[in-house]
Amino acid sequence: MKFRKDLSRPEDTRLNMTAMIDIVFQLLAFFIITFRITAQETDFTIKMPLQAQGSPTEVIPDLIQVTLRSNESRNIAAIEVDNMLTQDRFEGPDMYNQLTNFVERTLAGNGDPTTANDVEVEFIIDSPLRYRYTIMAIESVSGRILPDGSTKKLIEKIKFRNQ
Amino acid sequence: MKFPIKKRTAVQEVDLTPMIDMTFQLIAFFMILINFSDSERSEEIKLPTSALAKPPKDLLDYKIILNVDEDGSVLMDGLKIANIDLLNPLFSREINQAQREGKSPQQITVILRGHEDSKTGDLQRLMAKCQENELENFLLRVKERK
Repeated sequence: MKFRKDLSRPEDTRLNMTAMIDIVFQLLAFFIITFRITAQETDFTIKMPLQAQGSPTEVIPDLIQVTLRSNESRNIAAIEVDNMLTQDRFEGPDMYNQLTNFVERTLAGNGDPTTANDVEVEFIIDSPLRYRYTIMAIESVSGRILPDGSTKKLIEKIKFRNQ
Repeated sequence: MKFPIKKRTAVQEVDLTPMIDMTFQLIAFFMILINFSDSERSEEIKLPTSALAKPPKDLLDYKIILNVDEDGSVLMDGLKIANIDLLNPLFSREINQAQREGKSPQQITVILRGHEDSKTGDLQRLMAKCQENELENFLLRVKERK
């Protein structure tokens, strides 16, 4: 006697995974190879309209001029500052901190803290100076990192005097 | 004589499910982290570092990325340009493209990626060249310092 095949039992169907695993590993390899760990990039904003050049001492009441002096090895030699009332010259390893202090004193001297936003810094830079020292100076006038890790903002308006 | 009975080895099947799960998770991780927008960065440029610079606020509609090499050469759109006067046609192209969409040159942001040892004067000359082309908004790009 011939028994009928039991149709209720499903057949053991197995998918062939080989192709999928192949392509998945290729994708994985692609992403691993193209992956790069880089530090985040940040920006300093500089607005320099064309009409501002050539007339650096025109009516800007709150202007701090910062001159960066370079030495023969293109490193920073000195920072000269002028806020139209006082001039100073900073040298040595602490010069950037002194620059921040000077900016703070100038802003405090203005009295009204709301006018601090109007104060502008104009940089006059020796051409050969390494760019990193310029960025350090911009950082010094932009703000200060307080001991608790917070940031105290100082100057936002920064421009360069064209050579 | 007694012959040894050959045992039929069963087909060993490894359970691939955890491996596939893990692999898909790794792919998802790398896919999320991949950033094709950085393709305009030049790897030759070692940016100066700063702890106070601000992260980019949002995606800029109109931007020109200028990489300045240690020797003062400008890298723009994959071209290395030693004489900055040759940048004028490239600027004009970008400005025309923005103007066709109703934007003025003042609305274009120039992102300057200067090498930390490049001469500041080279970057200033480049900024002056941008100003000649009515480009006046600049972002000095630096690397975040923790």
